[in-house]
Amino acid sequence: MTRSSIALAVLLAVLALLPLVGGAYALRLGTIACMYAVFALSWNIVGGFLGYPSFATAAFFGFGAYATGVLMTLGVPLPLALVATLITCLLAASVLGAVLLRLRGHYFAIASLSLVEVLREVVNNATDLTGGGMGLNIPLASNSSVLGDALFFFYAMWIVLALTAAMVIAVSASKLGFGLACIRQNETAANMVGLNTTLYKSIAFGLSACFVGVAGGIYAAWVHYIDPSDVFDILYSVKPIVMALIGGLGSPLGVVCGALVYLGLEEVVWRNYIQIHSGLLGLLVVLLLLFLPHGLVSLRTRLFRRKAGHA
Amino acid sequence: MLAAQVLVNAAVLGCLYACIAIGFSLVWGVLNVINLIHGSLIVLGAYLAWGLYQWIGVLPWYVLVVAAPLFFAIGYLLQRLLLNKVITAPVLVTLTLTFGLDLILNNAMIYFFKADYRKLTLVPSLGSISLGGVVVPVDRVIATAFALVLTGLLYLLLRRSRVGRAVVAVRLDHDAAVLMGVDVKSIYAIAFGLGAALAGCAGVLMALIFPISPLTSSAYLGKAFVVCVLGGLGSVSGALVGGLALALVEGVGAVVVGPSYATTLSFLLLIVFLIVRPQGLLGRKGFE
Repeated sequence: MTRSSIALAVLLAVLALLPLVGGAYALRLGTIACMYAVFALSWNIVGGFLGYPSFATAAFFGFGAYATGVLMTLGVPLPLALVATLITCLLAASVLGAVLLRLRGHYFAIASLSLVEVLREVVNNATDLTGGGMGLNIPLASNSSVLGDALFFFYAMWIVLALTAAMVIAVSASKLGFGLACIRQNETAANMVGLNTTLYKSIAFGLSACFVGVAGGIYAAWVHYIDPSDVFDILYSVKPIVMALIGGLGSPLGVVCGALVYLGLEEVVWRNYIQIHSGLLGLLVVLLLLFLPHGLVSLRTRLFRRKAGHA
Repeated sequence: MLAAQVLVNAAVLGCLYACIAIGFSLVWGVLNVINLIHGSLIVLGAYLAWGLYQWIGVLPWYVLVVAAPLFFAIGYLLQRLLLNKVITAPVLVTLTLTFGLDLILNNAMIYFFKADYRKLTLVPSLGSISLGGVVVPVDRVIATAFALVLTGLLYLLLRRSRVGRAVVAVRLDHDAAVLMGVDVKSIYAIAFGLGAALAGCAGVLMALIFPISPLTSSAYLGKAFVVCVLGGLGSVSGALVGGLALALVEGVGAVVVGPSYATTLSFLLLIVFLIVRPQGLLGRKGFE
């Protein structure tokens, strides 16, 4: 365990204490914070470790939400439905990854972007199973009070976040993580020295999808109603990228901090300027890229260096 | 008879698709930037045509004269002031930057024009031509003709003018162009301006045919992308071939499996092409 991994574990532990101090509103925010952190950490595997600009997060989120939702309307209990979602997402994304990650750069970015559109269209057309554009009502998972429900879903999302963080830390310390870094730096060379790049990329894509899918499933059970334009919203694909840019690409601790900072900004903007919130998000993206392209992490070294220069 | 109608529809739609895609293809080919703001610029052009017709009754094809310089200026400034600062950064950065700009423009359009679908309806209506059972509305024929004219103009510009040759030179070999004394940054800005101007003009023509709403921008963008991949990057003829191919596949697909699977169909086509023939129908390998 490196120092930043320990810091990440401490941050998560502090987050778990949230119910001690906050009410239902804080729990709602906490649940979304965990969800965003899962997105950012998962995106970081493909976008940060592997260096492929992926816009597929919304595809997996929607897929997971619908997989769990459909299973629950068929009478499968929530935990079982989530496990099934996890496995389906892992397998489906691994197979897709083997095909999609043959594309590089722009081509991959757009292919992953269109994956979202395609899944939305398929879900929209499969009216018998998913309810199509009318959306899907999902049965209540528990019969407890409002606060009990909030507590349940907060911890469910937190557990997914903890699992994702553990997975990311394990990957970055393993041979797999080393292989991904090799592919990012020079894919052709990595292939030449005998790395099975297709296998590695496929596993990475699967791992980056499975927990996002589970988060989608919990989200579906949490809000009880999903429709294609809600869960296949392309903004779900962009937000993790913004979070990673805020926090600093590639560092797990950085992207989780980025997710928390982003959620804070979003909540303020959403509450005060709902009509122009996506424009403000765009402005944030532009400003970040122009003035702080390496994220908040770089701010520390920059300030530090400036101080050293003065001395 | 159905087959003939499908073919004619595909030919008309294909030229319009080509017009949507050439600006996008130019920017991608020359700057190596996926310009995600392209779709919103098309919609903005459509609003320009709609607004001018509603207020002072200017017919859309005259609007082209205003739209081209206006959108060129917008594109030129965007590239000069923002994109040129990160043009050497990795794909993710330029892509996300244009996405951010797109969010801003799209949100602004929703804010000012509302998300309602509007339609530019010419009064009196131009009617349609019927030839041996094949029906084509006249406004579509006019839009197609102008789309071909625009495509031809770009071709001439790139072939004949000094600036056009410089744009092509930067696309072929960036470093050699620098050594020959080409001011690459300003060529980038001109290329992006041209791309924006073509997007604006395409939007003006689209206003004649399709409903207008900020929400349609991503559909235009998707079409532009698929056309580029099908036809091959950065060449005018490639965009034309790609546009016709996509329109044909969509038209036949709509008859065979139903129109609600149009996106899925073009996506599958895209994936197959990217894997089997990544340089496109007309592209030459190693020419990127």
